[in-house]
Amino acid sequence: MESLKRAWLWFDDRTGLGSALGPVIKHPVPPNSASWFYVFGSATLFAFMLQVATGVALAFMYVPSAGEAYQSLQYITDQTTFGRIVRGMHNWGASAMILLVGVHMVRVYLTASYKYPREMHWISGVVLWALVVIMAFSGQVIRWDQTAVWSTIVASEQAGRIPFIGQWVAQFLIGGETIGGATLSRMFAYHVFIVPALLFIFIGLHLYLVIKNGISEFPKAGKPVDPKTYREEYEALVKKKGIPFWPDAAWRDMVFGFIVITTILLIALIIGPPALGPPPNPANIDALPVPDWYFVFYFAFLALMPPQMETYLMVFGPLLVGALLFFLPFISNKGERSPLRRPWAVAIVALTIASISGLWAIGITSPWSPHFDAKPLTVEIIGADSGPIYRGGMDFNEKGCLYCHTISGHGGLRGPDLTYIGDRLSPDELTWRIMNGGLNMPGFGGTLTNEELGDLVVFLKSRTKQNQEASSLGGD
Amino acid sequence: MNEKTKTSEDCSRRQFFTHISYTLGGLAALMVGIPIVGSVLAPIVKKPKPIWRPVGELKTFTVGDIVKVSFIDSSPLPWAGVTAETAAWLHRKGEDEFTCFSVNCAHLGCPVRWVAGARLFMCPCHGGVYYEDGTVAAGPPPRGLYDYPVRINNGQVEILTSPIPITTV
Repeated sequence: MESLKRAWLWFDDRTGLGSALGPVIKHPVPPNSASWFYVFGSATLFAFMLQVATGVALAFMYVPSAGEAYQSLQYITDQTTFGRIVRGMHNWGASAMILLVGVHMVRVYLTASYKYPREMHWISGVVLWALVVIMAFSGQVIRWDQTAVWSTIVASEQAGRIPFIGQWVAQFLIGGETIGGATLSRMFAYHVFIVPALLFIFIGLHLYLVIKNGISEFPKAGKPVDPKTYREEYEALVKKKGIPFWPDAAWRDMVFGFIVITTILLIALIIGPPALGPPPNPANIDALPVPDWYFVFYFAFLALMPPQMETYLMVFGPLLVGALLFFLPFISNKGERSPLRRPWAVAIVALTIASISGLWAIGITSPWSPHFDAKPLTVEIIGADSGPIYRGGMDFNEKGCLYCHTISGHGGLRGPDLTYIGDRLSPDELTWRIMNGGLNMPGFGGTLTNEELGDLVVFLKSRTKQNQEASSLGGD
Repeated sequence: MNEKTKTSEDCSRRQFFTHISYTLGGLAALMVGIPIVGSVLAPIVKKPKPIWRPVGELKTFTVGDIVKVSFIDSSPLPWAGVTAETAAWLHRKGEDEFTCFSVNCAHLGCPVRWVAGARLFMCPCHGGVYYEDGTVAAGPPPRGLYDYPVRINNGQVEILTSPIPITTV
């Protein structure tokens, strides 16, 4: 122990690191900032450190080649020592980062810590948030399976809607005109070199600013920020009542960080990494490229936005959100900080969380997608084993109706539930709707024979509450 | 050097050193930057030459049927593996008449499936639906399915390799 201490003293004497860093980590902070509300930024940093460590470990085993990455992922998951856990931690660590960055941003917004003199803290934070989102997406892509391939195409198609340069941006993302050997190599370069380098730079700037301007004090209602006097008041506060960041405030960061890291490890151990889909063959089209959970709300947004406006929403929507976040401190950098005096801020956060949650809930069920794996209607549900009702029921199974409409619990959700359609529409109305379609339904006038159409109408007309009840009684 | 001893000559010398340092730094960055950025941007400038790829003998396709065909991209890189493959929907409309649609939905590029019973192409992602002639039947696609040039050559049906269709504004 004594020799270790001597070694450290020698090292510190020659490098001056102790005297340079000591005051930094022990700098005084406002006592009320030593709060459990202030632990999310450091927890994000801990999660990032885990991502770096697990990412480097994965890079020892992963082959960033379009033709071999999939096999290397299988190898990492199934054959290497601890590879499954490392992949799992990297995956769930990404989820943790997205979640923690979001919570940290909400806390900073609600306590208005972005106001004078911390505008650049917020702006560098918004850049970090954008970089984390890019890391999350590029990470999903270099999990090089079928979903990754189709997700890349979907992202490129969105980029393609950018006016004038869309085609170029799309082909830049794909690495050419088609998915191929160049696609993964480029995505790998973004994920492990370019974006992490930017992350390191902006994390450095973010932390430097926290030291330079100090951690914001927890806001008090009725005590607005006045740029003319704020710095003096803050300095007086930390001089008079400040406590050293290390360890008086930092212990909470360490406790929460420990909980976060342990949770990620436990989930990696218990659930493991996400299962790989089929191989990344663009000719295999039995795919439904649903993104990881944190992007599902955006997947739903893409499906639900009005087609007439979708190009504008797709291109300018994210730009607008990014710009609003980026320029927030310029919209308001003084005045009240307490959420008790900023009801609109609370309402905006509540609305954002409600919107994302709502879109997420819809995205999970994806009612707009045809259910290709819907269970066909059975003879019992159809209520006949011969005749026009039976034939109509079979046509309902075979002509694709089932993928979008539900009858008695079988089928898709895109169109209306037709379990009791016979009570609502007449045979003429049914015929007209089947022939011509409407809203999101294609017209079948050109594909059905007269007999098929007649059978379908008879079958649908038989879907009445009375018939269902009679048949369930008969079944009993 | 303090303010009192500073002369206009010193200032101009200092300005000269400042300017030469900036210029040399900028020039060096530009010289090495051109090949670095150029190599990264090359894929959006360099276009591979389309190639006619055979997808099967003429007699193997039934008139009226729409089937999925797979073929290799125009210039697969040696390490592309299965990613060099691509697919298209081939429709034999008559003895010598074919149309070939991209598998990519014109909405956001997801793979459309041919539902033979309904004679519709359906997209699993956001509910785009197309008739068998590729026109939009329902859902959000802003246009019909893209098509590939197709020809018959020495008894073989051939498709001209094409870029992934990107719907632009």
